[in-house]
Amino acid sequence: MTTQADISREIDELRGSGGPQPRLDYPPYRSSVLRHPTRDRQLVDPEGVELWAPCFGHADVAATEADLTIQRSGEPLGERMVVTGRITDGEGRPVRNQLVEIWQANASGRYWHQRDQHPAPLDPNFVGAGRCLTDSDGVYSFQTIKPGAYPWRNHVNAWRPAHIHFSLFGTDFTQRLVTQMYFPGDPLFDLDPIYQSITDPKARELLVATYDHDLTTPEYRLGYRWDIVLSGTHRTPLEEE
Amino acid sequence: MSIAPGQTVGPFLHLGLTVEGGNLLVPPGHPDAVRLHGRVLDGAGAGVPDSAIEIWQADGSGRVPRATGSLHRDGFTFTGWGRSQTDGDGNYWFSTLVPGATSPGRRPFIAVTVFARGLTDRLFTRAYLPGDEPDPLLDGLEPGLRDTLIVSREERGLLFDIHLQGEGETVFLSYPRQAR
Repeated sequence: MTTQADISREIDELRGSGGPQPRLDYPPYRSSVLRHPTRDRQLVDPEGVELWAPCFGHADVAATEADLTIQRSGEPLGERMVVTGRITDGEGRPVRNQLVEIWQANASGRYWHQRDQHPAPLDPNFVGAGRCLTDSDGVYSFQTIKPGAYPWRNHVNAWRPAHIHFSLFGTDFTQRLVTQMYFPGDPLFDLDPIYQSITDPKARELLVATYDHDLTTPEYRLGYRWDIVLSGTHRTPLEEE
Repeated sequence: MSIAPGQTVGPFLHLGLTVEGGNLLVPPGHPDAVRLHGRVLDGAGAGVPDSAIEIWQADGSGRVPRATGSLHRDGFTFTGWGRSQTDGDGNYWFSTLVPGATSPGRRPFIAVTVFARGLTDRLFTRAYLPGDEPDPLLDGLEPGLRDTLIVSREERGLLFDIHLQGEGETVFLSYPRQAR
């Protein structure tokens, strides 16, 4: 039986051992053991289709899909919040009109998913999935409910810090990113092998949103800001549309 | 720049990454439709049931689609992008077109991204068509590794298994300007 103390020891041993991206081989996250490639990734210059990304438009995504609190007949339970931020590429240019998808647990830490058997209540008014397009300045915005922490079976008494899954596209295929946004000051950070699979503390902090009182709406919702930098592009400016 | 690190899609990826008809780049009844399919396998040779595969490719003439509508499939427009989740045995499949070369004399390939529970970050690879054209990536790999990037042709199909680890481990790619 693996305890939190065992996992925490393993996490400590691997601190600082990787770069700014998560380690693919990260045994404290037990599911990674048989699922990480053992050879280094092959460095290659992108070409052809890799220099472009799929295109999304308003036929693809309705404006209402960015509001996760209006998808069912009633108001979901929990702490209403807005999360917004700007997506830029490695050169600081905004990523315009590009797709952002999110999914998350409800306020009780339960996912709207068959495989989630956590004995916390489902909320009939909260599914927990949304999407939007960034605007002409690269800004995305979602209204949602603050997700709860939840248990998982990596080890005994394993709990994930509250997070929202984000899926992002850039202007090149090679900028594709799926990650998780966390909330400031979460006491579970040090204990969580998924968050700690990024062994560089400065890189980890990039996934933590900032509470922003200027985004908070009086008597309605709290505001969080989370800006995201994708990797650099490979196209020259001449190729830009 | 402070490039955001990736994180696993986790076990509930279906909640956020489901797109209706996402694996149908063309309807299966399209006269030129082929099935691109395969299994995602772990280091013990077991299928990975909680994985998603995305593809991005040119059409049959090598044209890279530039029109919006990649999520909303109208049944006629080829938008070149697709997403398939694996089933309980780790199988994924797409109905798509055989891509043409995006520049003359080059070997056509389909760009592939792999996501899974247990995979801390997404992986990139390429699914090449069999052929003789020179290719800087393939030509620099020893045959055993090169073969992991080449699809097998079937009647009306292309087979491309993805081995995350172990025997036949797929060659995964990184690109300049990405954080490592």
